[in-house]
Amino acid sequence: MDSHSTYEPKNGAARWLESRLPVLGLVHSSFIAFPTPRNLNYWWNFGAILTFMLAVQIITGIVLAMHYTPNAALALDSTESIMRDVNYGWLLRYLHANGASLFFFAVYIHIFRGMFYGSYKAPREVLWIIGVLIFLVMMATAFMGYVLPWGQMSFWAATVITNLFSAIPIVGTTVTTWLWGGFSVDNATLNRFFSLHYLLPFVIAGLVMLHIWALHVPGNGNPTGVNVKSKDDTVPFHPYYTIKDVFGLSVFLILFAWIVFYIPNFLGHPDNYVAADPLKTPAHIVPEWYFLPFYAILRSIPNKLLGVIALFGSIAILLFLPWLDTSRIRSAVYRPIYRQFFWIFVIVTIGLGYLGSQPPEGIYVIIGRILTVYYFLHFLVILPVIGIVEKPKPLPASISEAVLAKNGHAPAVAGAK
Amino acid sequence: MVDIHDADHADPSRRDFLYIATGAVGAVGAALVAWPLIDQMNPDAAALALATVEVDISSIAVGQSVVVKWRGKPVVVRQRTPEEIEGVKKVALGDLIDPIARNDNLPADAPATDENRSAMSASGAAKGKEAWFVMVQICTHLGCVPLGQQGDFDGWFCPCHGSQYDAAGRVRHGPAPENMVIPVYSFETDTKIKIG
Ligand code: HEM
Ligand code: FES
Repeated sequence: MDSHSTYEPKNGAARWLESRLPVLGLVHSSFIAFPTPRNLNYWWNFGAILTFMLAVQIITGIVLAMHYTPNAALALDSTESIMRDVNYGWLLRYLHANGASLFFFAVYIHIFRGMFYGSYKAPREVLWIIGVLIFLVMMATAFMGYVLPWGQMSFWAATVITNLFSAIPIVGTTVTTWLWGGFSVDNATLNRFFSLHYLLPFVIAGLVMLHIWALHVPGNGNPTGVNVKSKDDTVPFHPYYTIKDVFGLSVFLILFAWIVFYIPNFLGHPDNYVAADPLKTPAHIVPEWYFLPFYAILRSIPNKLLGVIALFGSIAILLFLPWLDTSRIRSAVYRPIYRQFFWIFVIVTIGLGYLGSQPPEGIYVIIGRILTVYYFLHFLVILPVIGIVEKPKPLPASISEAVLAKNGHAPAVAGAK
Repeated sequence: MVDIHDADHADPSRRDFLYIATGAVGAVGAALVAWPLIDQMNPDAAALALATVEVDISSIAVGQSVVVKWRGKPVVVRQRTPEEIEGVKKVALGDLIDPIARNDNLPADAPATDENRSAMSASGAAKGKEAWFVMVQICTHLGCVPLGQQGDFDGWFCPCHGSQYDAAGRVRHGPAPENMVIPVYSFETDTKIKIG
């Protein structure tokens, strides 16, 4: 990438460090001078928001771990004492619990942004795949974190999710016994989940670095999907996007603060304040909202093994998206047919989420099956076919032309209109 | 005398062999180190020390169930009603989703007849014990505890994803793939059973 400036250490200390470890130059070229398309819209804010939320989870998590006890007999009491006795414990726990929800909210917008603007297309396939891996590790982390308070929902979430592995032919039971460290979910399970819940966020942090590295090779995509062609198409990351990201983050934090301070239990389940009871499953168990679409897919299939395969398949299929979408045009703005199917897909996913929260009976089961089939059709049939039959709209010659046209200026070169 | 250096150069397969041998020893060593790291997650000695539970069944009336905890799992002990027994006896094996008894007191391939599911299969069972029924009350789908005496088959209904079982704990409606498990148990006396 050509950059607008190269880093010049301003004082002796910086020069001394730079000649031994060129880290200041790396930061400068990655986050200050980094040439960024001038037309990024607010959907591009969520990467920065996600990075911030990861930091929030790690910081609040580390301090929660100073008060939390990973023992089946003490865990629920220790979370309650965090809520009642520890100074600001209520704040830290509500930040952490709701932070997980907002983390997922942001990641879903980030993923849909990628789908709308074709961010996964060449040369950004590896960037996209690392993103899907981050999503997977996030799911594992949030699941294990949810088990830690050891309430009824914690216990039964742990039971149902670990039992997914019992669907593996022949070795299924061996695998679940190994995961549990016993013959059912119990203290040994809680202990190892705590250990892994502490570890995995740092794995995510490592993956995020690879993600940003892979981003900085080709540079950011943009709403037109047209490649950067000249210096006129970009602005330096700082101050243009540092300010825009801070603004977007501030708006996001208003939402976060509103949830934490006004409705901190809205996204949780009251059953999780009841101590875990291995002899009694609550009448209506549902996962956290961010797992509901996948849960609906699992339940739609009346066969255990196939249900588990569909569940994992619905996430794994994202890894192949760069090759399933056959269109060479990145942005849905210039793809009249794909754009409609994109929104149908968004609605189907939200619909699956709703169905996942309903009891598995009657009409819910039938609609669940239809939407599950559609979910897979979207990737396996609709995307490959549209890419071939669709006639895209003409692309702007360059990013700056698109920006100027939008603002009512005649494009500098060869005018449309 | 052979010149050692020349011999080395003349015979590249000798070096290849050393590379492969070194790599193989390294791989075996890595596997040996990995195994303790993996195996530590399996149930430890305390969990393996096979606990047994004794249940006094003298106070369980017809149509009543008692649930006891065994190895962290709920085990139901039930005295079934004559209608329930009659109902499950009528079911043909061919109508079952899972035709295997899943009874740890019997050979692994025993068929899922009511006889093989009821207390008649436990050691020490005297004649006429068929009303008694002992089972690990865990849904074979994803491990929830089904609710007793509910659903369309006079047996158990799982609230999690809707599986249904009959009065012999045999799955009659998916997504559960197998009948619920019958643990090893025996009659110590006419009114006392030992599970495990
Ligand atoms: C990817 C980042 C993370 C996510 C998505 C996440 C998610 C969660 C969730 C959903 C809970 C359950 C909250 C509740 O219902 O109470 C939880 C609990 C917990 N987490 Fe995390 N977490 C993350 C990072 C961390 C880190 C880095 C630590 C550091 C040790 C940590 C420590 C804890 C502790 C001690 C609890 C139990 C206390 C409680 O329930 O509030 N977490 N986590
Ligand atoms: S756990 Fe019983 S139906 Fe899924």
